Amino acid sequence: MMWYSQTGAESDVVLSTRIRLARNIREYPFPVRLDRETKKQICETVRDILDGEGVKLSYIPVSTLTAAQAVSLAERNLVSADFISKSDGALLLNGDESMSVMLCEEDHIRLQVIKPGLDLEGAYAEADETDNILEKHLNYAFDERLGYLTQCPTNLGTGMRASVMLHLPALAAAGNMTRLAATVAKLGITLRSANADGAGDIYQLSNQVTLGISETAATENLKSIVLQIASQERQARKSLVKDEKTIDRIYRSFGILKSAYLMTSAEYTKLYSAVRLGICEGLIDADINKLNELYMTTQPATVNAANGGELNAAQRDAVRAKTVRDALG
Amino acid sequence: MLCQNCGKYEATTHIKRVINGETGESHLCSKCARELGYNDFFGDFGFGISDIFTSFFGDNPLAVSSGRTERCSGCGCSFDDIIKTGKVGCAQCYEKFFDRLLPSVQRIHGKAGHSGKIPNMAHITQAGTQREAAKEPTVQEKIAAAEEKMAKAVSEQNFELAAQLRDEIKKMKGEETK
Ligand SMILES: [Zn+2]
Ligand SMILES: [Zn+2]
Repeated sequence: MMWYSQTGAESDVVLSTRIRLARNIREYPFPVRLDRETKKQICETVRDILDGEGVKLSYIPVSTLTAAQAVSLAERNLVSADFISKSDGALLLNGDESMSVMLCEEDHIRLQVIKPGLDLEGAYAEADETDNILEKHLNYAFDERLGYLTQCPTNLGTGMRASVMLHLPALAAAGNMTRLAATVAKLGITLRSANADGAGDIYQLSNQVTLGISETAATENLKSIVLQIASQERQARKSLVKDEKTIDRIYRSFGILKSAYLMTSAEYTKLYSAVRLGICEGLIDADINKLNELYMTTQPATVNAANGGELNAAQRDAVRAKTVRDALG
Repeated sequence: MLCQNCGKYEATTHIKRVINGETGESHLCSKCARELGYNDFFGDFGFGISDIFTSFFGDNPLAVSSGRTERCSGCGCSFDDIIKTGKVGCAQCYEKFFDRLLPSVQRIHGKAGHSGKIPNMAHITQAGTQREAAKEPTVQEKIAAAEEKMAKAVSEQNFELAAQLRDEIKKMKGEETK
C-alpha cells in the first residue's frame, strides 16, 4: 500500500509530513561542476552503499524514463521539475514511495521521507537513520560554522527542510491565509499554497531557515504551529458546515465525483476539497483514503503514465472521471 | 514572457528537457505548469533558486567582483562564477571565499553558526538533539533559554513575544559568530 493510501495523526487537517535532507560528498565538486560520467559514478556509489546495507530501494536513472513517467514522479512530489529536465541524475525509491533519494540534483544526495498525517518525529527518525547509514561510508562535506555544505547556500546548516501539507478549506474561506502567512513568516516558517490560485485549499508549511537552528528545534517549532493552525481550522469548520450554501456545495461536489463522465484535474482538485471537508465533518460517508489516493493518481501525467503515455487531454478526462466513479461508486 | 500554453499569464515555470539529443524549453504559467504536471513542491528547497541567491548578492558591496580572478583549487570556480550561477562549486569554495560568502549567508539565514547534527557523531549522541558546541557556552546557554521561551510563547499563541524573542536570538547568534 502506498503511503498516500493511509491515514496518520491529525488527518482531518494534516495530509502529510515530509523531511528532506541535503547532503554532499566532500571529494566531489557540487553537481553544477560535474560531468555526466562522474554524476553516474556518484549515483551508483550511493545506490551500492544502501543496497549493501539492506535498504530496499529501486534505482531509476532519469534517462530511462518516458516523459509521462518522469512528470508523474514530479506530480507525486518524488522529484523536482528541474531534476527530470536533465537526464543525468537518478532516483532511489522504496515500494510505498515513502522514501526517495534524488541523486545528483541540486546536491549529490537529497533524501526524502514522507508520512501520512502529522509525524515530524517519525519522518525525521527514518531520514536520520538512512543518513547515518550513508555517513558510515561517505565523507560528507561539512563545516563546523556552516554545517552541511550545499550547492545553494539557502540549505546550509542542517540541510533539512521539514514540511507539512495542510487542508485548510475553512480558514481559506474566511480569507485568513494572507494574514496567517505573514504571522508564521515572523517565526521563520513559510506558508504557501500547494496549487496555483489556492486550488484545493491545500497549503504547505515549512521551515525557512536551516542554519543556526537544530533539527529538533526546527521540527518542534513547526509542529507547535501546525497544531495551532489545525485547531483554528477545526474551529472555523464548525461554523462553516452550518452554512446551507456550504452544505449544498459539499453534497453537489460528491454527486459530481460519483457521476461525471469527463473531469479535468483542476475540477477534481476543487471537488476533492469540498468532499474531504464533508467526510471530516461527518456529512458524507465515504473512504477518505480513497479520496486522498485519487488526488495523487488522477494527476495528468500520472494518468498518462498508467495508460501507456499517449492520451490527449479529453481522453485523460474520461479516464479520470471513470477512475473516480469506480473508486467512489 | 507569456505562458506558451495559454498565452494569458506570465510564465513563471521554465522547463528544459533533452529529447533525442535536442534541448526543448517550455515556459509556462503556474496554472498551466500545474495542469501539465510540473507542479513543483520543491520550491521551498532552493531548487533552481539561483535568482534569489543572486539577488542576495545584488546589493551587497562586499560581493561586487574585484579585478583579480581568484579561483578555488578544488573546482576551479571563481567568485564571479558563484554570483552568476547562484551556485557554489564545491566544499572548498566555502573555505576559499568564506569572507565574501558570509554576508549573503547571514542575510539568508539571519545567522551563521551551525546548530544540530554533526556527521560521524550520530552514534555518540542521540540523533537530532542539539549538541554542546565547544565555543562560548554562556552565549549558547542564553540562546537555548531564549529558544525555549520562544517555543513556549508559540505554544501560547503569543506570536508577538515569539517574534521578539526570535529577533533577540538572531542578534545573540550574530554576536556569537563575531
Ligand atoms: Zn498558461
Ligand atoms: Zn570550489
